[in-house]
Amino acid sequence: MSNVEFIYLKRRIANAATMVLSGLATIFGLFFLTWILWTTLSKGIDAIGPHLFTQMTPPPGEVSGGMLNALVGSFMMCLLAVLMAAPIGIAAGTYLAEYVNHHWLGDTIRFVNDILLSAPSIVLGLFVFTILVQPTGGFSGYAGAIALGFIVLPVVVRTTDEMIRLVPTQMREAALSLGIPQWKVNTQILYRAALPGILTGILLALARISGETAPLLFTALNNQYWNTDMAKPMASVPVVIFQFAMSPFEYWNKLAWAGALIVTLFVLFISIFARVVLARKNKYG
Amino acid sequence: MTISISQQRTQRDSRNDRFFKGAVTVAGLFVLISLFAAAVMMFKGGFEAFQTFGLSFFTTPNWDVPQSQFGALVPVFGTVYTSLIALLIAVPISFGIAIFLTELAPSWLRLPVSSAIELLAGIPSIIYGMWGLFILVPFLGEHVFPWFYENLSEKPLIGALFQGPPLGIGIGTAGLVLAIMVIPFIASVMREVFLTVPTQLKESAYALGSTTTEVVWNIVLPYTRSAVIGGIFLGLGRALGETMAVTFVIGNAYDLGLGLMNPGTSIASSIANEFGEAVDPLHKSTLLALGFVLFILTFIVLSIARLMLRSLNKRDGN
Repeated sequence: MSNVEFIYLKRRIANAATMVLSGLATIFGLFFLTWILWTTLSKGIDAIGPHLFTQMTPPPGEVSGGMLNALVGSFMMCLLAVLMAAPIGIAAGTYLAEYVNHHWLGDTIRFVNDILLSAPSIVLGLFVFTILVQPTGGFSGYAGAIALGFIVLPVVVRTTDEMIRLVPTQMREAALSLGIPQWKVNTQILYRAALPGILTGILLALARISGETAPLLFTALNNQYWNTDMAKPMASVPVVIFQFAMSPFEYWNKLAWAGALIVTLFVLFISIFARVVLARKNKYG
Repeated sequence: MTISISQQRTQRDSRNDRFFKGAVTVAGLFVLISLFAAAVMMFKGGFEAFQTFGLSFFTTPNWDVPQSQFGALVPVFGTVYTSLIALLIAVPISFGIAIFLTELAPSWLRLPVSSAIELLAGIPSIIYGMWGLFILVPFLGEHVFPWFYENLSEKPLIGALFQGPPLGIGIGTAGLVLAIMVIPFIASVMREVFLTVPTQLKESAYALGSTTTEVVWNIVLPYTRSAVIGGIFLGLGRALGETMAVTFVIGNAYDLGLGLMNPGTSIASSIANEFGEAVDPLHKSTLLALGFVLFILTFIVLSIARLMLRSLNKRDGN
């Protein structure tokens, strides 16, 4: 074999090896995805039933009971978190895109927001503990909702900022040239054009907080009983899963898997739905 | 009369404009302030611990709740060590996935595979934790760790990595679960930046007879280097702060050791396990101080990530 042929062969082998390895890497990733989803599905489906939605979380050792209080608690806290954080996030996103775009202040806020976006959620839980739980002396559903709100906020800020900046400048100029005041341009033209994108951001944030455990551990704590009073400690599905999965009781473990399945299905459903909304994105973007 | 109506209108509009601007400004500054408030509050909460232990806080491996002796060394070490193990596994795998999705896969396969990988990113971390505890730990404990222990623990150099109880829980397991969690993040950043490489550049290389591998190494990677590093740091930031998945499988023991099968602890899992039950003010303060350390650590890592990714965005804009 000549020298040149040898080099060609070597390059071909190196190429084939890289391609095979990258294929294997993809299979590795998909393998774990399937494994985790399959486990959640098969273990969760065994434990799922109407009792989950009609009964409270059981005390230790009991072999009946559901997760009604936790489901309601999660629902209320997630809803309140979105209701509080989404308007602030949309306003802050508007500020970034319309008032301080290309300005050092805008760049700073964007940078800080990006950090907040990936900050560890347990740190946000501790933060809310120090500003709210410690001074008032009590764990509460409100504190939990605020901790979740700090996770929603940066997601909404970022999507609003990006979506509003996508709206063509001509639309702003056309509106302003008709004498429309700026606040009306923002609320009635820019928001309308950017709405699908902003909604997607809110939905993705909702998907993210519905599975969050760490920020709720020291804010909403947990509650074994039926409670809709947000000034008191509140149960949530992820915290109940954590408590039940770590316990030695078999029925608790079973409930934890059922909860895991509910949360996973909800999160996957919301994120797929959000992508559909985004895919039908505005005609202007 | 008509003039005064239009004047009124102008006045009203400008008042509303000022009000609107004021409201959005407050919201914008709120985002800025909340991050700094978080840092300040946690530092304040942890001040007692910093004051009591001084700099030795970071060099003491002690963690004795009844004696009120706390050192940050073990949790900080556990956090960094598990995250590095995670990156060691996740970076090559993510790189492979990104190459597969941008250079190799037929186009009909790209969308389903990349959506599936992104689904992996959406699964809540507590699910990874449960899967780790109930499925991965027994599997490793029965099939993998005993083999490591039998065959590798006596070897020179690498032996130290494979000592410890082969039960399935431990630093290595936590690293593996973290790796699976950060793969989709790193892979999707890499995939996105690989797509920004101008086709002309790649085609020129192909025209000169390069193989796909050579195009990836000599064209794609050099062009996207800083963004790739940014993506890796983004994954690192996530791994450092991950709580639930780690808490389930790390073993929660204050042991210092390189062994992959050794139970250990991380900052986030220490906080998650102990903060709710901490009665001693110094214990609470120590955990807040740990939270502050974690905050600073992730802040630095994420800042690097953003700076690296920013340079790509700039070039993109041009």
